[in-house]
Amino acid sequence: MSVLLIAEHNNKEVRPFTLNAITAASQINGDVHVLLIGNHCGDVAKSISEMPAVKKVLHAEAEYYENYLAENFAPLVIKISENYSHIVSSANTFGKNLMPRIAAKLDISQVSDITKVISADTFLRPIYAGNAFATVKSTDAKKCITIRPTSFEVCETSGGSAPIEKIEATEEFKSSKFVKREEVKSDRPELGTARVVVSGGRGMQNGENFKLITDIADKLNAAIGASRAAVDAGYISNEHQVGQTGKVVVPDLYIAVGISGAIQHLAGMKESKVIVAINKDGEAPIFSVADYGLEADLFEALPQFLEELNKLNSIQK
Amino acid sequence: MKILVAVKRVIDYNVQIRVKEDGTGIVTDNVKMSSNPPDDNAIEEAVKIKESGKATEIIAVTVGEEKSQETLRKALAVGADRGILIKAEGTIEPLAVAKALQKIVDKEKPDLVFMGKQAIDDDCNQTGQMLSALLNWPQATFASKIEIKDKILEVTREVDEGLETIEVNIPSIVTCDLRLNEPRYASLPNIMKAKKKPLEILTASDLGIDIAPRVQQIKVEEPPKRKAGIKVASVAELVSKLKNEAKVI
Repeated sequence: MSVLLIAEHNNKEVRPFTLNAITAASQINGDVHVLLIGNHCGDVAKSISEMPAVKKVLHAEAEYYENYLAENFAPLVIKISENYSHIVSSANTFGKNLMPRIAAKLDISQVSDITKVISADTFLRPIYAGNAFATVKSTDAKKCITIRPTSFEVCETSGGSAPIEKIEATEEFKSSKFVKREEVKSDRPELGTARVVVSGGRGMQNGENFKLITDIADKLNAAIGASRAAVDAGYISNEHQVGQTGKVVVPDLYIAVGISGAIQHLAGMKESKVIVAINKDGEAPIFSVADYGLEADLFEALPQFLEELNKLNSIQK
Repeated sequence: MKILVAVKRVIDYNVQIRVKEDGTGIVTDNVKMSSNPPDDNAIEEAVKIKESGKATEIIAVTVGEEKSQETLRKALAVGADRGILIKAEGTIEPLAVAKALQKIVDKEKPDLVFMGKQAIDDDCNQTGQMLSALLNWPQATFASKIEIKDKILEVTREVDEGLETIEVNIPSIVTCDLRLNEPRYASLPNIMKAKKKPLEILTASDLGIDIAPRVQQIKVEEPPKRKAGIKVASVAELVSKLKNEAKVI
């Protein structure tokens, strides 16, 4: 049987984590069908059909699919679930919100946030904020899986030509209503997918001092992160939070500034390829995961850092 | 209005967990246990609603071993009126917890069910959504703000793109994010009073549900260790290493 992947998109384009989820789905079984539920999202259907890993696109449209309420999406997924061995989505707020609603109605015990496909029924997943990894085997006939996007590569986006099949919408769930979304607009790369992340912690002392971080991030074309302590102290808004209660990031370069390295923060960044820690406390736990540690006062180190970057002939983007 | 709040007993979030040497799980003997942090936000929100006069009763419920009574007592100490323990041993998966909670909802008929968005032990993030599916109720997950407007709840949700606002009809399920509120501490007199509040104990079989695990845990391992890094002496050395050794800038 085939694998059903539920696409995340904004009706104009597919959201990046869907590409990672398609890779994970194709590791379970090569016959990946993508379900696209939305409103006026024909362009998205077309772009998904061009991904070589996708064998078929199922496309359903309705006005009430515009804002991806789980209450509206779940019945449609359940309706077509019979033909599939696995139902897969990414473990971000989209998939986390939706998948358990599908799993419970199908009486399936979901496997959340997998980081590796070991076989069609066995998966690796982090527990305790990534402080341990469990190998788990689902005994349900059908599986509901969410995947950790940063643990899988993105799939190819061109060269394929999967058929697009229109399917009928299910009824609207009238007890829930979307009101509004306040998206944080930024010229910077998205935190979840940025190549470089520069993060500040409690050591920044206040919100204004994040300017020091911003200057470096501008130079490196980096996303800006923060520890929970910095968010709770009101220095920066929550969408910047990296950690167990924020976002999990796996950039090529992660620079932690004034961050002590609480377990919950490490959970969100310790898989980064190269980690830099700048902290005046030489005993701070962040140094235990850092490839390069600089024991220094950040208020001296950051301006120097910017100066050194300015001296370079070229910087990777 | 009646609010049911589901809580879970977990290893305290400040504890550095250890994997058992035989790979069968996590060491829990002699380890400090606490309530799951976002469940504290769920209780706090319910208590605030009751204090504002919009709710009349708060019931705290948990599924777990005998000692989970401690977690219920804590909820009672910060303002819940009574507790229900559904006694069960071993691993109880979110689907089983959702089925147990469904039975309690059928019996108690609450208007709202609150719980944390995720438990910090298994990190599943499923129970609230599963319960709303089983009840066919609306779900407002990852809530960072809740406003009651007559028979409608306006909830601000923390999503990847930023903030989303939805309206759900009551009865509904809300899963709470850490930024919803600042949980209070229980005062000593309230801890004493909580000991006298009613606490009912049931078992899964009393409720007529099957809670056997469907997902087998084959092994648990430590995460791969990072190889030890180095300390650099100056910013100039750091930038040089990043440029020439790590080749990331």
